[in-house]
Amino acid sequence: MIWSKEETLPREQIEALQLERLVETVNRVYAKVPAYAKKMDEAGVKPQDIKCLADLAKLPFVTKQDMRDNYPFGLFAVEKDKLVRIHASSGTTGKPTVVGYTQGDLETWTECVSRIACMGGASATDVAQICFGYGMFTGALGLHYGLENIGAAIVPSSTGNSQKQIMYMQDFETSLLVATPSYALRLAEVAQEMGVDPAKDLKVKIALVGSELLTDAMREEMHKVWGRDILITSNYGMSELMGPGVSGECLEHCGMHINEDYFIPEIIDPKTGEVLPIGEQGELVITCIKKEGLPLIRYRTKDITRLFYEPCKCGRTFCRMENLSGRSDDMLKIRGVNVFPSQIEEVILSVEELGPHYEIILEREGYLDKLTVKVELAQITDSFSLLEKITKEVKDKLKIILGLDAKVMLESPNTLQRFEGKAKRVKDLRSK
Amino acid sequence: MFAKQLTVFIENRTGRLSEVLGVLKDHNINILSLSLADTTEFGLLRLIVNNAAQGKEALTENGFSSLLSDVSIIQIPHKSGSLRELLKVIDENGVNIEYMYGLSIESDSAYVVLKASDVEKVDKILTENGVRTISCEELANL
Repeated sequence: MIWSKEETLPREQIEALQLERLVETVNRVYAKVPAYAKKMDEAGVKPQDIKCLADLAKLPFVTKQDMRDNYPFGLFAVEKDKLVRIHASSGTTGKPTVVGYTQGDLETWTECVSRIACMGGASATDVAQICFGYGMFTGALGLHYGLENIGAAIVPSSTGNSQKQIMYMQDFETSLLVATPSYALRLAEVAQEMGVDPAKDLKVKIALVGSELLTDAMREEMHKVWGRDILITSNYGMSELMGPGVSGECLEHCGMHINEDYFIPEIIDPKTGEVLPIGEQGELVITCIKKEGLPLIRYRTKDITRLFYEPCKCGRTFCRMENLSGRSDDMLKIRGVNVFPSQIEEVILSVEELGPHYEIILEREGYLDKLTVKVELAQITDSFSLLEKITKEVKDKLKIILGLDAKVMLESPNTLQRFEGKAKRVKDLRSK
Repeated sequence: MFAKQLTVFIENRTGRLSEVLGVLKDHNINILSLSLADTTEFGLLRLIVNNAAQGKEALTENGFSSLLSDVSIIQIPHKSGSLRELLKVIDENGVNIEYMYGLSIESDSAYVVLKASDVEKVDKILTENGVRTISCEELANL
């Protein structure tokens, strides 16, 4: 089901709407956010210079650092008394990034997530269990309001207490699961330990996953345990922009539709800042054109993707962004080679005898980086030659894909750390 | 007749083997024979114990993953060439031997623990040739 008529607007109408909203936003931000007005002045651009969508490229970027420099409310475009909600990022390094919502922003957010939920197959008849951590993190509440808005029954179970989560799924007949891909796998594991087969004994038929990359290999792992017929779609967002709801995958599985009437996407070369032609891979930059509280202009997401504008079979005309291949933040430089953890994940998931959990450890030995990959056996074997074969297979595949020698360590089933929120699988022990 | 072998996967970390042995001791599991194959990264500990099922249960409770598999424990005379005689019969029937190790439970004959690619076929061959094998029940009474 398509939730809103905007999602199928012809391209010219989308662009006309975008330009109107962009001009309005730039004027408003210039008048109300001194920190951004200063940036514009320094770049020699005035609000009246924005006459067409291509003029967007004249505007300066906003980065996470700008948000920290203006902590907590320096980039907000409304008075504090207009805010009805404040969220913040975890802020593992330094000050957290703070985001604020007006009543209008919450309505926009709800609208955006409602669309994404429908794209993933959700409807009013669903019982939606939200296994994202509630709190300062925007993920849980974003999905909560969107799904409630379309009429689904919300089970706000948050993360943790996985056995109880399975009990709720059985007793409430949960049909829709919201979780990170890694927590969805963990829940399946817990169900199996309880003697419950997630594919047969539970009624979960839709999974809306987010906050972590969903590689094809990870999707396949999810199908293995949750069943072939479960609809798995990923959705994308970040608190700085709104939270979840920026884009979401439809059932055609050909990228995530961006809510273009609220967000304008661009792809830039992360090194030079130049806008790249359509279809090229680079860093995603998003401009919020209908936000009141925190209307970020040209926000650098650090996420690496590409955009597609070809019509989608689902009928939506909004452009699509490819499922992320990584965050420029996550990219590891190992012996001079750029490596995304998702590349290592693909290798591990391609080896049948291994489970989907892993750990990547980077150390420095002398002047050389050392890569260790810890992988977990799906089950114990008494065959030594099979263990050697598995180790060799992982090593060889990593060598082919990354061009790097790695140490591969096999671990017993169920021993590596499981995650309820965003998985933290990389341990970089090299002194920076 | 088959016996059960208890296999434990051990990450190659100091003290890991002794943790496993500690769990077995605490549950009064007696080890009759063992084979340890290892690389720098991991080890595979194969055990013949008096009660393999109980051993597996104790290990699971303590967070160790283990596996029970069928093996043949075969009696052979204490004399030169007897193991070769046995293997000849198995080879002639086209069965692969995956691994093998010794077991000493009585002084006048020797025993080998043998894991073949086709455990049932080996068992049949052994029975046809009148070779004595040891069962789980016998192990439990040792």
